[in-house]
Amino acid sequence: MVERPSTYRIRDAGRKEEGVTAERAKSRYSAMLRIRASEEALQKLFADGRIPGFVHLSIGQEAVAVGVSSCLRDADTVSSNHRGHGHTLAKGVELEPFFAEILGRETGLCRGRGGSMHVADFSKGMLGANGIVGAGLPITTGSALALKLLGKGDIAVVYFGDGALAQGLVHECINLSALWSLPVMFVCENNGWSEFSPTSRQMATSLRKLADAFGVEYRAVDGNRVSEVAATAETLVAGMRKAPAPAILECATTRVRGHFEGDRQDYRTASEIQSLPARDPLSLARAEMQVEGVPPDWFDEVAKQIAVEVNNAVAKALTAPPPIDADLAAGVYAGMGSK
Amino acid sequence: MAEKHFIRAINEALADAMSADERVIILGEDIAAAGGSFKATRGLLDRFGDKRVFDTPISEATIAGVAVGAALTGFKPVVEIMFMDFVTLTMDMMVNQAAKAHAMFGAQRSVPMVLRTPHGGGLSAGPQHSQCLEAWFAHTPGLKVVCPSNPIDAYGLLRAAIDDPDPVIFVENKALYAKRVEMPEEWPQIEIGRARVARRGKDVTVVAYGAAVDWAEKAAEELARDGVGVEIVDLRSLQPWDETSVMESLSRTHRLVIAHEAVEAFGVGAEIAARMADVGFDELDGPIIRVGAPFSPPPFAPSLEAVFRRDANDIVAAVRRTLR
Repeated sequence: MVERPSTYRIRDAGRKEEGVTAERAKSRYSAMLRIRASEEALQKLFADGRIPGFVHLSIGQEAVAVGVSSCLRDADTVSSNHRGHGHTLAKGVELEPFFAEILGRETGLCRGRGGSMHVADFSKGMLGANGIVGAGLPITTGSALALKLLGKGDIAVVYFGDGALAQGLVHECINLSALWSLPVMFVCENNGWSEFSPTSRQMATSLRKLADAFGVEYRAVDGNRVSEVAATAETLVAGMRKAPAPAILECATTRVRGHFEGDRQDYRTASEIQSLPARDPLSLARAEMQVEGVPPDWFDEVAKQIAVEVNNAVAKALTAPPPIDADLAAGVYAGMGSK
Repeated sequence: MAEKHFIRAINEALADAMSADERVIILGEDIAAAGGSFKATRGLLDRFGDKRVFDTPISEATIAGVAVGAALTGFKPVVEIMFMDFVTLTMDMMVNQAAKAHAMFGAQRSVPMVLRTPHGGGLSAGPQHSQCLEAWFAHTPGLKVVCPSNPIDAYGLLRAAIDDPDPVIFVENKALYAKRVEMPEEWPQIEIGRARVARRGKDVTVVAYGAAVDWAEKAAEELARDGVGVEIVDLRSLQPWDETSVMESLSRTHRLVIAHEAVEAFGVGAEIAARMADVGFDELDGPIIRVGAPFSPPPFAPSLEAVFRRDANDIVAAVRRTLR
């Protein structure tokens, strides 16, 4: 069911010529590293008391966002959840306004009104992270309806966790999208945790069974192997563009950090935590790419570039001013009629 | 001149909005093939087809959420929630999503959707098919709320709501559906946020909306026989509400009664009373009196519902009390 990427093609005896597959692997690795480096920067900023409010990091889950987004184009829409930094950056959102938003600055994507849980960038088709578990599903289903009516083959993607499966909205939206053949891809990041409780104690069924019940195409992948996520997403997306229909992609993944930054995670066992490094999506991708001949230098170079990129973005965002006090109510309505 | 029913005015406003703008789509339970529970959408499926008029499953939260997502992707959805009591199921989508999107996303995008829903009792429909819950929405920054009292306003306000860039809760009183008016040459345009002085009078201002405007008219007739002049301000729009028009009327009459079918406690009337007690304090020659339903779920038994519901007599009593 899962397509493995083909190996590099050697075109020239004297020089290793990397094919399209290698370029894609590199681009995906860079995208994952950009997310990782950004979230590590956020982790540090939070620890230093520079980020107000709550921050939920997706470290360990980067391969899902990047694998899926690598199959998307600008006009496709995505929406996300409280753990949405990766989904946002993978859709092509720029770093500086992203950091500025999470730092609560006027130059932020949402002018400091949303913060970490509400980052949105409509210019990139990113309809918003969301603070309400499961709320992205109907919004994305509606976006898929709009895209289907527009008839250009664009699709809508919603990322949600296994914790959201207990929400009634999930069932309503799978039903409606199947009934109406809407081009919505439901991407479940199954990290085994519903906030602070194991999902095994929350759900009496599985997403696979739900998909089956509603007759919706379903694929399960190792969500920490970006090549696997991308290959499967590619197959699903290609089908959805040709003939609008929903699809469900369940990605087994790992939440490395707590539910939120500051969560002591007393509820996790040592053995689970010790198992996480072996499942690291960046290490897994690197190992795969090294087997295919990508040299260590390349990884060092890209790490250096991204560190500079992230540091610069954070530094600029930190100098940005907070929102203007007098503008508090300015954006509550788009139009105020004749009042 | 032709007469026009309230429900036909709604139907025509939907049809005209759909003709004027192909981004307008309508969604709801039984609204397409069946034409709606109250027949507000009759004929629209035949006229506009199944790519504009959608029968949905009984999934209110998803209906509202789909409208939010379609609005964020360039459409102008109008959804029908069959009874206002069922809006509880849409609350996350309306309050946390639709209402917040424009502000929360830094004004990148607004949510130009309309949620139409009927409120009001008098039909022995019981505690879950009779409520007037508009105050919840008027309390939510980012939502607009309108409630017409007659077919002409229903048409004009619905067109304005559909044209509006923000999410609008459009409340229809079930008791008004059969109400008829003489049709003017053409439908007038009405702006959201502007009240209408429905009757001039010098002694007391009665602010009302929806079906309570009819009660106020009846009360005014009765009070006129005693020489009491009642000025009626039909609010039309509850959020934003026309504070200027209410204040102007109060400064003419110096007495204020506020009437609505909804429960009195913590209602729309409470907000108006509090504002007028503040900015209108110097104009007041009597207590501000609210007329609203008692603090009880709407009961089923017709005899009990009659006790629960307010009417013209309650407004007459309130006016007499503030004139004392």
